[in-house]
Amino acid sequence: MVVVEDLHVVYRVYGSNSDRGTAASALLRLIKRQRRPSIREVHAIRGMSFVAYRGDAVGVIGRNGSGKSTLLRAVAGLLPAEQGAVYTDGNAALLGVNAALLEDLTGERNVVLGCLAMGMTKQETMDAKPRIVDFSGVGDFINLPMKAYSTGMGSRLRFAIASAKSHDILLVDEALATGDAEFQRKSHDRIDELRQQAGTVFLVAHQLSEIYETCNRVIWLEKGKIVKAGDDVPGILDDYLVAAGSEPRFRELAAARVE
Amino acid sequence: MSNHGRLSAPGRLSGAAEGDGGAGTATEERPADNHLVPPGSLRDLALQHGLKQTAIVPPLRSYVVDIWQRRHFISGFATASNIAMYTEARLGQLWQVLTPLLNAGVYYLIFGLLLGTSRGVPDYVSFLVTGVFVFNFTQRTFITCSTVIRETLPLIRALPFPRGCLPLGYVLIELQQLVLSIAVLFVIVVIAGEPVTPYWLFIIPVLILQSIFNVGCGFILARWGASIDDVSQLLPFIVRTWMYTSGVIFSLQTLTLTFTGKLHRYPTLAYLLQINPAAVYITLVRWALLAEYRDALPGAKPFNHARCVLYRTFPGNPKYVSYSAYCHPSTLPSIPSLWVWGAGWAVVAVIIGFLFFWRAEARYGRG
Repeated sequence: MVVVEDLHVVYRVYGSNSDRGTAASALLRLIKRQRRPSIREVHAIRGMSFVAYRGDAVGVIGRNGSGKSTLLRAVAGLLPAEQGAVYTDGNAALLGVNAALLEDLTGERNVVLGCLAMGMTKQETMDAKPRIVDFSGVGDFINLPMKAYSTGMGSRLRFAIASAKSHDILLVDEALATGDAEFQRKSHDRIDELRQQAGTVFLVAHQLSEIYETCNRVIWLEKGKIVKAGDDVPGILDDYLVAAGSEPRFRELAAARVE
Repeated sequence: MSNHGRLSAPGRLSGAAEGDGGAGTATEERPADNHLVPPGSLRDLALQHGLKQTAIVPPLRSYVVDIWQRRHFISGFATASNIAMYTEARLGQLWQVLTPLLNAGVYYLIFGLLLGTSRGVPDYVSFLVTGVFVFNFTQRTFITCSTVIRETLPLIRALPFPRGCLPLGYVLIELQQLVLSIAVLFVIVVIAGEPVTPYWLFIIPVLILQSIFNVGCGFILARWGASIDDVSQLLPFIVRTWMYTSGVIFSLQTLTLTFTGKLHRYPTLAYLLQINPAAVYITLVRWALLAEYRDALPGAKPFNHARCVLYRTFPGNPKYVSYSAYCHPSTLPSIPSLWVWGAGWAVVAVIIGFLFFWRAEARYGRG
């Protein structure tokens, strides 16, 4: 279960345009005793509240830069809130788009280390390893360093590792988009399984059909605020499509499915 | 922890914004159409269900327990990183031994042969190699720990685990390398003519104390390095200065004792330099490992004024080089007091370092 209460997240970013980035300008700054002018504050999330229960799969949609990834990282506990709070009932695992955990290590070692880091015992890790390798479907590549993996293979292995343990909260940030059709079906099944184990799943995806297939709730973000949120998944997806200037299609799809 | 600034409007009907059309319809004024907020205080709801706030520092006790539960992760992380470090080098793991050896070789060439720093030290080669290897342990730990959070960012951002495991893993990597270096060191000093004595066993407690000290400092540097990138730029210079002031390549005792020594007139400074952690651990390892060095330590033999003066006047003369044992200066810390200092530094560093790292646990991996 996740409770987000009036959440504000502010990034502090170093190195914007105002600083020319030369040694001379850095020295001048020191002499004038200025704080680094290049620190810019980005107010990425501006007051968000919602509740997601156990067994929920929440889709998060919105345009680039609307705060989707930031929200997920805040829920994962990786970003402290400027104001407000996030409450969760356990461990959260975040799957992002970066392809590797420790890219110099082989896939196999990443599997073992990932399991141990998640708090599995040695025995549990050894038991889970063949299942993870099998699920990821990377085959012989498991003995190669992860930097040799394609983006798709990397994210498959990461998903396989992170979903090996039933987390209370699983946050998936576009990590499934790079997989092929077969893997997307497998990961969809796995997310369903995790939901049945009373976990909460958050899914960020630009492919709306993925959200439509997987989620029972949707949050639509725009400029760090919630535009719409609720369990009318096809309705909100269609509204989002209309706002983006596309044809709505999910209500029809849902209606067809009911028939 | 404010729960009064909530502006959402529970109870609005769905489909209200339908057909608005056009990009960017989310105007600032319009309240969100949010059906995921139940009425009542969210904070109370969260507490009712026993939820915990994220991104806050965990209680100290559960943090320690968490780290202990991850001990296999720490050792696995260390072993794996150790292997990965050299996979692209043709000589592979051999570099673990070659690097300190080459370092010692360079220092011997410059300070032993060209500058003649070896004056006043019996068996300079063993003295130098021991110093370089032992200091290298602390030096490498400091430099690698200052970058640990940055280097493992993908791991930190993907999986929940106590971040304190990471500096611990890095210290363990360096400890594994040290064990190899020590094996090489044994070979070198035996070739240089040192006898194998029971004193060698004292190396183990010294290195344990040094490891604890390194863990503590590693925690501090890991936190600094995580937030300030300047640390990793500056650190090599600080560590190098530290090396020159810790008697790695020349003997602080000689500099203090002899009449021509640079520290002769500054007894307080000389004392402070010798109780600095690096000097303490290096001196103790040398004392345990090198018989001639041990026998020539000031205070090792009954006081003899004439012989002491001979040493202090002609430290470069091989005939008098071990006469330093007959001097009993008050400015040099004795071996028992060095043990106390070594243990003290280790305990202080590890307590302060751990608490310092733990306090920022919620901030690693942000930005």
